[in-house]
Amino acid sequence: MSESLSPSLLVTNFSIPSFRLPALVSRIGRRLPQWPHAVALTAALNAATRMKVLPADSLELLEGRTFLIEVLDTGGVACFAYRGGYFRPLFSAPDAPDLAFRANLSAFLQLAVRQEDPDTLFFNRALSIEGDTELGLIVKNMLDAIEWPALGPFIRGGRSY
Amino acid sequence: MQQQKIPELVCPAGSLPALKAAIDSGADTVYIGYKNDTNARNFAGLNFDRKAMMEGINYAHARGKHVLMAINTFPQPGREADWHAAVDGAADLGVDAVILADIGLLDYASRRHPDLRLHLSVQGSATSYEAVNFAQREFGIRRAVLPRVLTLAQVEQVIKNTSIEIEVFGFGSLCVMNEGRCWLSSYATGESPNTVGACSPAKYVKWEKAPGQMSTRLNGILIDRYGDNEAAGYPTLCKGRFEVNGATYYALEEPTSLNVLEILPEIVKIGASAIKVEGRQRSPAYVTQVTRTLRAALDELARDFDHFKVKPAWQTELGKVSEGVQATLGAYNRPWR
Repeated sequence: MSESLSPSLLVTNFSIPSFRLPALVSRIGRRLPQWPHAVALTAALNAATRMKVLPADSLELLEGRTFLIEVLDTGGVACFAYRGGYFRPLFSAPDAPDLAFRANLSAFLQLAVRQEDPDTLFFNRALSIEGDTELGLIVKNMLDAIEWPALGPFIRGGRSY
Repeated sequence: MQQQKIPELVCPAGSLPALKAAIDSGADTVYIGYKNDTNARNFAGLNFDRKAMMEGINYAHARGKHVLMAINTFPQPGREADWHAAVDGAADLGVDAVILADIGLLDYASRRHPDLRLHLSVQGSATSYEAVNFAQREFGIRRAVLPRVLTLAQVEQVIKNTSIEIEVFGFGSLCVMNEGRCWLSSYATGESPNTVGACSPAKYVKWEKAPGQMSTRLNGILIDRYGDNEAAGYPTLCKGRFEVNGATYYALEEPTSLNVLEILPEIVKIGASAIKVEGRQRSPAYVTQVTRTLRAALDELARDFDHFKVKPAWQTELGKVSEGVQATLGAYNRPWR
């Protein structure tokens, strides 16, 4: 064990397993209205923008682009666009969004807490990225560069040896 | 028990959180780059602006760790000033060394900043001790990063015949390893690491999903097609599947990552000064996973060199983050040579 490992890493034992929800969940999920996902997600993104957590130079590159995020095993889909400095929900899915991320819930959760990297999930075919690849890279690098406040040992993924 | 000098662990960072993750997970040194084509990971939204560089360098130095600046592409005609400015900026910021590939830029840096420590980049393609010693004599380089084409015996031969430090790759995505000389990406896109700082720039890449398969296209050219359960790799020409004499297969290189855990004791024994991890394009999660694994392995070597054993958990962790979900010893292990 290295002396230079931070205390938070030393005590961390929590990690999100890879799982897949039963097919029934997505069958039901697909029949539910989808707009609440987009409303919740865009509200969160706009809050992050207001807190200046998202870098302005990267945000500019998203102007006018449409996004689709699909959680395969819950059947949830969120569509939104970035226009005029705000993320705005789209109430019907665009025919061809500029960028689409598709994955099961566990993969999205692993990404959210920085337990796994998107390239790892992509190599493992647990994350699909379609559309404008450069836009995907901008979004990925923008999220990576965010300095989240310290979340404490229980939110950081992973284990130590 | 034999006492061995444990090499410095050099880890990648494409963002400030990745830099902090590397330091917190046990890196001795982190390497970073500007948000432009002066480095070979020039991807949209990646890398450091001046403010992030200052914070990163402070973070590392406060913990007794080092930061290297990769300025490892080749200055383009008429734009030499951009590369000179990158070197000047790195010197002003107080980085611990710059990693350079171009001979003209090495010359500039050595004359303009005689106190700045210079490392010869892997992109400089120095594969012999003559090449390494030439760069030492002419530009005063203090370290060379060897390309991944050499066997362990060849690396040892270089180390024995030079007085400067030698850095070798320990983990990361493999390409055809023609470092500093690869133009494959240009054949499909007109752009390559040497010219724009990126192999297969993202704007040329398309992943097309269809029921049961995913196709990868580079500037419209189909380079691979995966079944739903097949592991994927980066969208580069060298890792495409091609039809050769009626058979379709990875004719140049399989999507795979280098992983030296198995031969770590040998690398230490021959006297490598530093072990480098590839992957500035990857996320803080990857940096954490790879750094803490190699740190644990190096610490184990320091503790009991003679009884070092690779732990299955280390291999599992590194295997998971590997490109194509597979790893190799690469050129290090070529007994027939």
